[in-house]
Amino acid sequence: MELTLSFAIGVLTASGIWLLLRPRSFQVIIGLCLLSYAVNLFIFSMGRLTLGAPAIMPKGGFIDPTRYADPVPQALVLTAIVISFATTALFLVVMIAARGFTGTDHVDGKEREPQ
Amino acid sequence: MEPMAGVALQNQLLLLAVLPFAAALLVATLPQRASALVAGLSMALALMLLAALAPAVADGAVLRVELDWVPSAGLGLPLRLDGFAWLFATLVSAIGLLVVIYASGYMAGKDGLPRFFALLLGFTGAMQGILLSGNILMLVVFWELTSLFSFLLIGFWHKGAAARDGARTALLVTAGGGLCLLLGMLIVGQIVGSYGLDAVLAAGPQIIGHPLYGLALTLVLIGAFTKSAQFPFHFWLPGAMSAPTPVSAFLHSATMVKAGVFLLIRFSPALGGTEAWFLAVTGTGMATMLIGGLIAIFRHDLKGLLAYSTISHLGLITALAGIGSPGAILAAIFHIVNHAMFKAALFMTAGAVDQQTGTRDIRRLGGLRRTMPLTAGLAIVASAAMAGVPLLNGFLSKEMFLAEAASWHNGTVMDDALPYLAVVGSVFSVAYSVRLVITVFFGPPSKKLPKAPSEPGWAMSLPVAVLAAGCLAVGLVPMLAVGTFVNGAGLSVIGPDFTPATIAIWHGFNEALMLSVVAFVVGIALWLSLRAQIPLGPEGPALLHRLRGQTVFDRVMLKLGWVYPRRLMSWISTERLQPQLRLLVVAAALAAGAAAWGAFAFAEVRRLNDFSAGFALMWLVGAGCAIGAAAQAKYHRFAALVMLGGAGLVTCLTFAWLSAPDLAVTQLLVEVVTTALLLLGLRWLPQRRAAIQGDNSAQARRRRAQDLVIAVVGGTGIATVAYAMMTRPLVRNVGDWFLANAYYEGGGTNVVNVILVDFRAFDTFGEIAVLAVVALTVYSLLRRFRPAPESIKQPDQQSQTNSRMLDDYLMVPSVIMIWMFPVLMMIAAYFFFRGHDLPGGGFAAGVTMAIAFLLQYLATNVRWVEARLTVLPTRWIGIGLLIAVATGMASWIFGYPFLTAYAQYVTLPLIGDVPAATALVFDLGVFALVMGATVLMLIAIAHQSLRAARLREHDDPEETR
Repeated sequence: MELTLSFAIGVLTASGIWLLLRPRSFQVIIGLCLLSYAVNLFIFSMGRLTLGAPAIMPKGGFIDPTRYADPVPQALVLTAIVISFATTALFLVVMIAARGFTGTDHVDGKEREPQ
Repeated sequence: MEPMAGVALQNQLLLLAVLPFAAALLVATLPQRASALVAGLSMALALMLLAALAPAVADGAVLRVELDWVPSAGLGLPLRLDGFAWLFATLVSAIGLLVVIYASGYMAGKDGLPRFFALLLGFTGAMQGILLSGNILMLVVFWELTSLFSFLLIGFWHKGAAARDGARTALLVTAGGGLCLLLGMLIVGQIVGSYGLDAVLAAGPQIIGHPLYGLALTLVLIGAFTKSAQFPFHFWLPGAMSAPTPVSAFLHSATMVKAGVFLLIRFSPALGGTEAWFLAVTGTGMATMLIGGLIAIFRHDLKGLLAYSTISHLGLITALAGIGSPGAILAAIFHIVNHAMFKAALFMTAGAVDQQTGTRDIRRLGGLRRTMPLTAGLAIVASAAMAGVPLLNGFLSKEMFLAEAASWHNGTVMDDALPYLAVVGSVFSVAYSVRLVITVFFGPPSKKLPKAPSEPGWAMSLPVAVLAAGCLAVGLVPMLAVGTFVNGAGLSVIGPDFTPATIAIWHGFNEALMLSVVAFVVGIALWLSLRAQIPLGPEGPALLHRLRGQTVFDRVMLKLGWVYPRRLMSWISTERLQPQLRLLVVAAALAAGAAAWGAFAFAEVRRLNDFSAGFALMWLVGAGCAIGAAAQAKYHRFAALVMLGGAGLVTCLTFAWLSAPDLAVTQLLVEVVTTALLLLGLRWLPQRRAAIQGDNSAQARRRRAQDLVIAVVGGTGIATVAYAMMTRPLVRNVGDWFLANAYYEGGGTNVVNVILVDFRAFDTFGEIAVLAVVALTVYSLLRRFRPAPESIKQPDQQSQTNSRMLDDYLMVPSVIMIWMFPVLMMIAAYFFFRGHDLPGGGFAAGVTMAIAFLLQYLATNVRWVEARLTVLPTRWIGIGLLIAVATGMASWIFGYPFLTAYAQYVTLPLIGDVPAATALVFDLGVFALVMGATVLMLIAIAHQSLRAARLREHDDPEETR
């Protein structure tokens, strides 16, 4: 299970980085989305993988923390999901505005000059 | 002194410090005429306050007010008034009053009078602040404030390029000097161990003996020299002459430029008395006096001549401060007063001449005594004072200066040279004064004037008359006029060793008088010998005019502010994004590698969950989607988007699988919204049909291969780190506390939600604020957005179908989507209420609600939805933020910190126990804001279709029929 998830994080990261370095803005935005999945999973995995024990408490009684998933990385990732949604939306709008202004979807706002 | 009287005096002092700023705020809101009146009244009131304060500072007494600011950090705002500050403050207020009267005539009918007077008052407040500060750091703050007001006043007529350039130069030089002063004061404060002015002034030997004395002295002197326009920083003052003339009279001759010499005199007991002080201060002062005086003789611009003459006289005062003997300090204080009087009068005259004749060029002026006899008479008195003619105030202070120069101090070469330099300076002073008077007011009336001159109105003559009368009064009966105050100021600077001097108009035939006579004879001779050449020559003596401080400064600024930074940027940086990102990724990878180097190891006993074939299969699909998205994003955006969604779904399932139901719900909902957003965005990115040029060149391939290597290395690295971490035992952390206390402290069983809305609610508050900001930014960006021209025309799908087909388009799904609206509302409510105890919460509910709206837009069209539903997303955002803030602030009422939650279960009939924590109210705010923000973004993009349709109609009305 751990091996699978680390493989998944690796593939998502690699795809994200590769897209991040591409010249077209749509590639970059997709890359950022993939990277955010990878990073969210990575942060989440720092609480270790727990099966079938969500952090939902009984109402009262003694609580043994070792029986539940670590809630801190989950809370962090929940915030991260929201923020990455916000930044994606912002980037998308900047991207289509830049496309309208510059007439190209190259990240630099101008096509690479032929060398 | 009685305690009550003491408190009254302290309150007066406080009022004096606050009055100009309060008046400035008031004046800024008044109409034209009233603004001048109020400005004048506040200056008069300040004078009255100072008159009432005079007894409190007599005989070297000091009045102090301590204001608490941050008492816990030991920070206060101490005010301190002694004889010297009193004299200077009185000078500022008196000249200020006269300048306001003058300006009400000079500026009459011009735009922006309230702004002008408000700035003038603001400057007065800042200047008083320098004088009254009892803390050297506070002094520096006011010091910089005067530079700022000076900048705004020089650039008052900001439509002229000269005014803007002059203002910028003045600000850069004086504020830059102020920064040096700040550093110097910090060092002094560190040496003394206190920033209190009294402590610093008492710690002279300690400062002088300290190894950092040289550095502190240099920095403080740079501050003083830049402010007082000392060589080589003098060039900003002539540039500042683009200011309205009242400003030149007030700031750039009488008050602000004197702040530098004020500082020198004030700190001479603490920093002075050393040979370094003497050489640096007196040397600079003498050099400035000579250079300023020499250039003044050659200036053709009336205000330019006066500006260089001001520089020269400031040099004189600086030199006296450098000498530092009680007599020299007294002479310096006395000359500050005298120079302020005659130079303000002369600037006002210059303004009157400029306004009445239409020119300030001395070469075009002449014979004005016939047409402007009163102005001429007053100007002659003031010029005579400037030249040092007996029976006028300038004579007295210059005699004192010459006497100090001639007497023995420390035997250095500089000391020996002083008398000669002083005489040369006086010669120049006589020469330019004579030139000013003779060429402007005497001789035949000029025929080259743009306007026929006449006397100016009373408002412009009265202040000059008052000042000229002052010059005469001080010159005739010095002890009666200002003697007590000047001696009082000297006493408060030097301390009990000071013996009050008698300023008399006749000391007998002594050395100083001889030197004075020599200066007059040579000065007049110098002017006579030059009078024919000056009007023909350039504005400066033969060689010196080529080496202009302003030119050097401009060149340096150009290099430092533009050429070098650009060159540096082109060396070390690039404007292209890709290399920057590549560098960033590689640097991050290297940093991670360096951190792990040698310390990296897998756990010996690995903590592993069983391998799950289902999970692996799921991620096989997920990884395929990720790689597919990466491969297709360039040419097949839609396919890439679908595959991105696939990867997102797998991520979402992973969260569900691994005990994070909240994350799964949120991820799923966000996935829906993100995909919808990107789909809407795709509409404005025209489909890529042709291959990009050069996409298959060897260079492009190489670049891709290189990036692939970086990507694979990065991916492998992070996978390894993730695996190493996941297989280690969990370090117990704060999460345990959250788990154990979520129910008892937060009143909820869903720990993740309790963390978000209770334990760490402030984080969530920040997060929703970010979301609101982003939504508003998106909205405003799209309002100004112009789509790419090729994406404005109707999409093929719409243009190649007729309207009947569109009516039935997706008929069944759209009916279902419309019917889903209430159902989704119900789901949102369900998510919201169960959030505290079970997966869900305000965020999930908000996004669900947004999806409900989105579905309506998808099912029909913008016009259909908005005819039936009133969606006001910005209000939802505002309401949400307000609810969150109000919930947070409500805890203040009960004496708890911001956002302290209170938990309680309420039993409702039929429904049963409902968690009613205040956190739920906060969550309601989160819900409203998230819904508003998401809907706002979606609608903003959706509305682009309407705008594009309007653009189409605008361009080609036929096509849309």
